[in-house]
Amino acid sequence: MDPHRVRGDGRCCNLTESTEIRLALSTGLGPTATGQADHQEPTVVIEASHGWRELGLSELWSHRELMFFFVWRDLKVRYRQTAFGAAWAVMQPVLLMIVFSVSVGRISGVGPKNLPYPLFAFAGLVPWTLFASSLTSASNSLVSSEAIITKVYFPRLLLPFAAVGSFIIDFLVAMVVLLVLMLYYGTVPTIAVVWLPLFTLFALVTALGVGTWLAAINVRYRDVKYVVPFLVQTWMFASPVIYVSTLIPDNWRWLYALNPMTGVLDGFRWALIGGSRPDSLILVSAAASVLVFTSSLVYFKHTEQTFADVI
Amino acid sequence: MTDVAISARGLAKRYTIGVQRDPYGRLTEVLWSSLARPFRRKSAAQRGAEFWALRDLSFDVQRGTAIGVIGRNGAGKSTLLKILSRITEPTLGRAELQGRVGSLLEVGTGFHNELTGRENISLSGAILGMKRTDITRRFDEIVAFADIGPFIDTPVKRYSSGMKVRLGFAVAAFLEPEILLIDEVLAVGDAAFQRKSIGRIEDVTNEGRTVMFVSHDLGAVANLTQTCLYLESGRLKQLGPTREVVHAYQMDGLLARDDPGRGLSFYRRSEVPGAPVRITSIAAVSTRPERATIDLGSPLEIDIGIDVTTPIERLPIDVTIKDQRGRTVAILFSPDQGFTLTSSRGTASIHLRIEDLPLAPGTYFVDVGLNQSPPHTTAFDVILDFPIVEVENSGQVVQWLERPWGSLQPQRVDWRRSA
Repeated sequence: MDPHRVRGDGRCCNLTESTEIRLALSTGLGPTATGQADHQEPTVVIEASHGWRELGLSELWSHRELMFFFVWRDLKVRYRQTAFGAAWAVMQPVLLMIVFSVSVGRISGVGPKNLPYPLFAFAGLVPWTLFASSLTSASNSLVSSEAIITKVYFPRLLLPFAAVGSFIIDFLVAMVVLLVLMLYYGTVPTIAVVWLPLFTLFALVTALGVGTWLAAINVRYRDVKYVVPFLVQTWMFASPVIYVSTLIPDNWRWLYALNPMTGVLDGFRWALIGGSRPDSLILVSAAASVLVFTSSLVYFKHTEQTFADVI
Repeated sequence: MTDVAISARGLAKRYTIGVQRDPYGRLTEVLWSSLARPFRRKSAAQRGAEFWALRDLSFDVQRGTAIGVIGRNGAGKSTLLKILSRITEPTLGRAELQGRVGSLLEVGTGFHNELTGRENISLSGAILGMKRTDITRRFDEIVAFADIGPFIDTPVKRYSSGMKVRLGFAVAAFLEPEILLIDEVLAVGDAAFQRKSIGRIEDVTNEGRTVMFVSHDLGAVANLTQTCLYLESGRLKQLGPTREVVHAYQMDGLLARDDPGRGLSFYRRSEVPGAPVRITSIAAVSTRPERATIDLGSPLEIDIGIDVTTPIERLPIDVTIKDQRGRTVAILFSPDQGFTLTSSRGTASIHLRIEDLPLAPGTYFVDVGLNQSPPHTTAFDVILDFPIVEVENSGQVVQWLERPWGSLQPQRVDWRRSA
């Protein structure tokens, strides 16, 4: 050994200590995690799974850093080499608002009585855009990541989740424009605004649920690619985005409420710009959303092991 | 705690080939069957043709060992790695791995062309399983190893293929798992970078990690590993010291030479899509019509047939002659600037004649590479360990396979006692 290295005793020990800490960290078991530190290594057991599998949510959590990397990549890539950059995040709902304001909005009874139509429409288009983009992107998330799915292991569920993540940023940007529009019309939110994050989450859970279902099916059947644009378009007209939900006759309201986006949009608007308070039918919407979401996780986990083989 | 890092018991993998139901089935039908599949037992007809990529594979790998996996194309090497790295599940059997597993099945996993080199280091590192803090800590080393200098903030899409490969390998080179699974990644980059990569893998092995290394390159396997798995048609053919296993593998190749099913593609290292040139045949000029043999002391002549898709200038060709233990006997490089192939018929023939290579009786193999020599970044086509010729001592077939006295038997030797 090189004598110069050993000369300072203190320095030598420092080195060893830091190496040990690094090793402990790299096995994922810091001294705080278990008392007996570095000699424990995780055991990976590989065997064919049968039937329905555990959701593995803890594994998802332990890979959260990778999920943020995926979100970060999507954001970076989406607006790279575009002239308007992140402005595109608001351009789409703003343009749609203008189009609908000068067309559909002129028909009496379509908009609310006590709110200006452009504000009404935009307060629907912002959460709708979040939902639609998230759903579309989640349903493509596995197929567009074919290259890494066949080359490296990580919980595949990260992909649809991360696909949704980057649109939250777009949503926040669009929210700023919505606030400006509220200022312009002199609309001040009530205390109900505290419910806003919940309704946003509600939209995300619905988008994730449907997106995860479609992502898993898309691996085997690329028909999904053709179904999604049609689905999103139809869904928009089946939801109170550009018209008020009270247009629907009362005896059909329960059926209408099965569409989770009915609850989301009514609730979102109520929380932010006022209007009628959502009634108990919102629970139907919420239940539908939770059902779609949980069933999608179960189906996804069930088909997950064949992804790399059939994609 | 055991000292076994990887333990596999009865691993098997079945693929269904061909049948995917009716691809033009109605969507409703397709959706329904996809939803109902878990509840239904499939009939034999529905399952279609089955193909076992791996069958009943059991083995143990000791901690800190570097193990090679060899076998012909389609022997199940890649399937094994995919199962061990959890990309796909085995159909049967079980494997246990002690410690964190890192797999390196491709160079530049997760690279995105729009992102810069710097951004891709973080992204690829994270996908391969590095923690953000590890990436930050190792960042400078990765950049230095990749040797891409000022291009670190340039989008990867503007990189040359060589730079991309170097960056991709550099990220992977600094993974720190206890078990590292590597597939054929050295088949890329120029010769200098390949040496550097092999050196890095050697370092990793010496750090006490367990490495499983799949390759067609017997030289690399022999250099890097002590133990070797030989797969044939999805089954374990042999497991033992690398030297013995490689020898058995080469001898099998020799015996199978006359099998028409085993063409050159059996020995092809990797396919470069759209390569302008491709090797179509390799043959020694033989003294006997039925077998590739030459007499002891006669010159060695090799014909290489090349398919020319796009006319090419200055194509370097190299030929490595190896003995039956995989040791290099001689390397021959094409002269000067290589060959200019502008054949209008689409094929070219290269003739190589070596007057003074006194090969001892025995069997010899060749590696033939097109465009392999530096400074080129992409090898267009490489054939490895192709059995080329048997050297006979005046018609007498050599029975002993391993002679202790080497591969050369100089012919012009003068012994005398000087006064």
